[in-house]
Amino acid sequence: MTAQLYLDGVTRSFDGFKAINNLALSVDKGELRAVIGPNGAGKTTMMDIITGKTRPDGGEVLWNMDTDLTRLDEARVARLGIGRKFQKPTVFETHTVEDNIRLSLKAPRGVFASLFHRSTKAEETRVTELMDQIRLTHLRFEDAANLSHGQKQWLEIGMLLAQEPQLLLVDEPAAGMTDAETMETAELLKSIAGERTVIVVEHDMDFVRALDCRVTVLHQGSVLAEGSLDYVSGRDDVIEVYLGR
Amino acid sequence: MKASMTRLIDLRLGLFLAALFAVTVLAPLATTLSSSSPFNLPSYLIPLMGKYLCYALLAVALDLCWGYAGILSLGHGAFFALGGYAMGMHLMREIGARGVYANPELPDFMVFLSYDHLPWFWWGFGNFGFAAVMALAVPGLLAFVFGWFAFRSRVSGVYLSIITQALTFALLLAFFRNEMGFGGNNGLTDFRDVLGFSLSAPSTRIALFVLTAICLAACILIARAITISKAGKVLVAVRDAESRTRFLGYRVESYSVFVFTISAMMAGLAGALYVPQVGIINPSEFAPANSIEIVVWVALGGRGTLVGAAIGALVVVALKSWLTATFPDLWLFALGGLFILVTLALPNGLLGLLDRFRRAKPAPKEVPA
Ligand SMILES: Nc1ncnc2c1ncn2[C@@H]1O[C@H](COP(=O)(O)OP(=O)(O)OP(=O)(O)O)[C@@H](O)[C@H]1O
Ligand SMILES: [Mg+2]
Repeated sequence: MTAQLYLDGVTRSFDGFKAINNLALSVDKGELRAVIGPNGAGKTTMMDIITGKTRPDGGEVLWNMDTDLTRLDEARVARLGIGRKFQKPTVFETHTVEDNIRLSLKAPRGVFASLFHRSTKAEETRVTELMDQIRLTHLRFEDAANLSHGQKQWLEIGMLLAQEPQLLLVDEPAAGMTDAETMETAELLKSIAGERTVIVVEHDMDFVRALDCRVTVLHQGSVLAEGSLDYVSGRDDVIEVYLGR
Repeated sequence: MKASMTRLIDLRLGLFLAALFAVTVLAPLATTLSSSSPFNLPSYLIPLMGKYLCYALLAVALDLCWGYAGILSLGHGAFFALGGYAMGMHLMREIGARGVYANPELPDFMVFLSYDHLPWFWWGFGNFGFAAVMALAVPGLLAFVFGWFAFRSRVSGVYLSIITQALTFALLLAFFRNEMGFGGNNGLTDFRDVLGFSLSAPSTRIALFVLTAICLAACILIARAITISKAGKVLVAVRDAESRTRFLGYRVESYSVFVFTISAMMAGLAGALYVPQVGIINPSEFAPANSIEIVVWVALGGRGTLVGAAIGALVVVALKSWLTATFPDLWLFALGGLFILVTLALPNGLLGLLDRFRRAKPAPKEVPA
């Protein structure tokens, strides 16, 4: 089986500080992968590199083993089918909840395509479905600015789903959610995996346990350990740098 | 499910267009009344009203890129002036041999500066259609090239505002130079007629005024159509969360360049309509303060409303005419004061104020699931 996302020898420093240091990671198509690690381990920076926001100083980042992601800008990477949820929930505040979803729906992204775009019945059905799925139907016509933190997280997940990406990079989705919402989010991501590839960064260990998937531990910009949650959480080095604190 | 469909002409725009239509029909009629009638409008006021409508159009152009896409251009006066110069060049050529020096080929200022032939960039301007196209194409092309470099390098916010201001200042200095071939300090003036009609004839003035009103209505409708389209929503998305928009796969710079270019072309159109009604175009139109004044119009009217921008322009320009006539020294203070007032007390402008009154009784916004 070949990897859908493959990183090798990736390095990136900021002012001499190596945020990512010889990072290697390989994720298969349809896999669900959790990435954990202490603050500043480089989890978000890794996502920045995959999505074209940050250029690595060196190393390989390959999509389906043939496309070099380090040469592409954010829009190109997104159009390849890589979607991303930010650590700080980011939605279009002055648009309604449903318009946030509409703008995210998979469709041609060019200026003229958007200018002459007419909403189709299929799109409206999809919007309705997604609104249901993220449980925001009752807030459909509300401006996104008026949502709570947790609701914005859900909306951003909905926007991610609307893009129908092949790979979802989800940075700390459970922050600001209640325990029940956190578990629902875990279930949602599990149900998406298989059909799509999902990489989740999260500090909430109950959430990671609920994901029930392979776990990668990052520390100082490289992989410290990888395996089942039980395996990595039993390792002394992981306990020392992360779990034990 | 239709709640998402935004109408092209909503109540606000409908009222504005109706008022514009009424003025466009009634003002020319009022000039034909006998001078003893209380409704008589002296014919010299028609070009003045036309000039005001040009400013309203210019404000709409700026609102399209600032109010919706968040591109605060402090150089829109330059696009306006370039459109004005394009039209002015045609009007100069149309003077023909009737100038002081009676040179059929060269405008007076060129004879005076001892040019022996028409510079290449004046070629074609003898043709009205060519000049009209250039009035849109030159500002559009400048905005496209400028925007392409700026937005691709991800220059935005204050930095963008500063370089647009630098752009208009650079053009101001360039157009002041006699060697540029645009009449230097004096600019272009002493126009006689357009398409064979005398510019001082009341009927020509009325035609220009009506044409300006039609262009204003058309541009405000085009701008509205853009802003309610999906592309318009993407522009607002860029304004609110640029990186989110990029990660959805939208190429932000394409959208910014597009709206900046359209906006510059509308500003150029406003300039082209302005010059025959005012009778002169000179480098002072490039003055940085002019561009800042446009921002005040839009801010006062209410940015991101189009109609508000047009109204803001009319209100401020009327105030300016009155103040500069009665207390000429006060105008710049009034402009500054107005800007501070709007920023502090009226963040959504005059239209925002109206909306606040209307929303006194709140409408239920949530819909049952
Ligand atoms: N653009 C940048 N400029 C300078 N330093 C940066 C930049 N981006 C990240 N860093 C640094 O790189 C390191 C890794 O940051 P990163 O955000 O990737 O950590 P993280 O694992 O996501 O942490 P957290 O769990 O707190 O979100 C941090 O020390 C951070 O300060
Ligand atoms: Mg992070």
